[in-house]
Amino acid sequence: MNKLPLPLVNLLRKPGRTLALALLIAFLALAVFGGSVVVLSLRGGLQSLEARLGADIILVPSEAQSKVSFQNMFLQGTTGAFYMDASVLDKALEVEGVEKAAPQTFLASLKADCCSIKIQVIGIDPALDFTVQPWISRSLSREMGDMDVAVGCKVEADVGETIRVYDQRCKVTARLEPTGTGLDTAVYCNMDTMNTLLRAAEEKGVSHRIESGDSVISAVYVKVRDGADIDAVNSCLNGHIRKVTAVRTRSMITGVSDSLAGISRTVTILIAAVWVLAIVILLLTFVLIIRERSREFAVLRLAGASRGMLSRMVLRESALCGLLGGVAGTGLAALLLFPFAQLIESALNLPYLMPETGTVLLLAVGTVLLSVGVAALSSVTAAYRLSRVDPGTALREGN
Amino acid sequence: MSLLELRNVSKIYGELKALDRVSLHVDQGEWVAIMGPSGSGKSTMMNIIGCMDKPTSGEVLLDGVDISKESSKRLTDIRRDKIGLIFQQFHMVSYLTAVENVMVSQYYHSMPDEAEALEALGRVGLRERARHLPSQLSGGEQQRVCVARALINHPELILADEPTGNLDEANENIVLDLFAQLHREGTTLIVVTHDPEVADAAQRTIVLEHGKVAREVINENFGK
Repeated sequence: MNKLPLPLVNLLRKPGRTLALALLIAFLALAVFGGSVVVLSLRGGLQSLEARLGADIILVPSEAQSKVSFQNMFLQGTTGAFYMDASVLDKALEVEGVEKAAPQTFLASLKADCCSIKIQVIGIDPALDFTVQPWISRSLSREMGDMDVAVGCKVEADVGETIRVYDQRCKVTARLEPTGTGLDTAVYCNMDTMNTLLRAAEEKGVSHRIESGDSVISAVYVKVRDGADIDAVNSCLNGHIRKVTAVRTRSMITGVSDSLAGISRTVTILIAAVWVLAIVILLLTFVLIIRERSREFAVLRLAGASRGMLSRMVLRESALCGLLGGVAGTGLAALLLFPFAQLIESALNLPYLMPETGTVLLLAVGTVLLSVGVAALSSVTAAYRLSRVDPGTALREGN
Repeated sequence: MSLLELRNVSKIYGELKALDRVSLHVDQGEWVAIMGPSGSGKSTMMNIIGCMDKPTSGEVLLDGVDISKESSKRLTDIRRDKIGLIFQQFHMVSYLTAVENVMVSQYYHSMPDEAEALEALGRVGLRERARHLPSQLSGGEQQRVCVARALINHPELILADEPTGNLDEANENIVLDLFAQLHREGTTLIVVTHDPEVADAAQRTIVLEHGKVAREVINENFGK
């Protein structure tokens, strides 16, 4: 051994002290990385929800408000259905300020012999749709054919498999990217497929109120023209189309957005509290450690170490502790967050979309660097104090 | 040729004159003992010669350089390059083994060389105890490790403060034999002690009293 890496040797030969410091820093890293991932996932979920809803106004039958909580259908993916005449689409397009309108038709499958799984089936018109279709297009380059379905990422069916809905066999042609919302639990098809499924459901005696065969839809998604007053358009739609309620999507998201802001605030406060606490503890710990080691540093000074050398040694030791704690804390947070993402999502009951791998890696590297920096900075004062100690005095006082 | 020269060196702490216009010189290769009762200024003188403190007034010439005017950083460099320090207490780094404690001096001086450090430990009779921690060594063994550490960088001056103060007779003799060997090799030794037997081993004894040089005694029997 022709090298003597003193900072490393010190850390290895004082495992108790090293472990305690590393644990403290790991706690800090866990809070920062874990908290940041949760906050980013919630933000991602909300952004994804906004993008997927993609409309300014949604038109639903007036009865939908009493029949099912349609907001839960849109936001959390609970199953349900309601219908209105397809002419609502044309009526909506007549209203001043409406730029685009696209219909969707819902059908809930059953947990029964006729259906493979209990799911929400959503029929879209690919030619008109501006909310779900762009998302489907990312996973399916061609148009969905008859009896083709695209499944949300949480539906237990793979591409190429067939699922049965009211004894109709539908082929899974695409598996969609996660959105972190209830849309991940739904199955999407074109309107022809939906009509076939609706008829099949009717034949099975499932009590859907379908009066005119092909001409029913569940909702119309409305995009308001740039510059138009959304509230005014909303009022016009409510006044112009009978037995239909126009709901602003923003008001649907407000609840989610408020909950998210509340959780984000709480997590941020917790992270800040952990930081303040950890930094204070680290500062005190380093001061105590340096005091305890004054004799050792005096010996090293007498052995030829300059003040700068000792300060650098202390900084390296603390940075190594920071690295160890940072990696451990970030790793532990990752172990808790990623395998249990679904559990966290259910517990929060909010749209929750994990950031992309690149962002997570960047966040992890940032957390580790932050841990190293905080540990090193916490020891700066102690290192400076130590460097001012007169070695002769320290040795006499330490006798 | 003079290695060390003190010219009218005083060190004053408030009202107390720890050293009062002390002048002395130590030749290259000389073995000098500094004696005196407690409070006579021995430790103060040792700190000044060892570049751990600066005098209030006067000049301290070490190898021709007036170290009383040097900066703290420069004093560290001088101490590292020219002086080997040995103390009464066995100041070792508790988490380093004997050989690593010796290598610490190399680490800050040039480059750690384990083979050379082991050789230095062999010289003080501790080759087999090289991998032991200070807590596993006796007092005498720890002091011998300190001697090995002090001589590893071949300093021009070995400065020892009560080096045998905490040792039994057998270990005291081992340390004094080592000093004699170093002296034969041309190393300059300054040993602060109040043990007359240790002082008798040196060529010359300087006696301090109340911060002043009271007398100097040449050991007529040195080397006999």
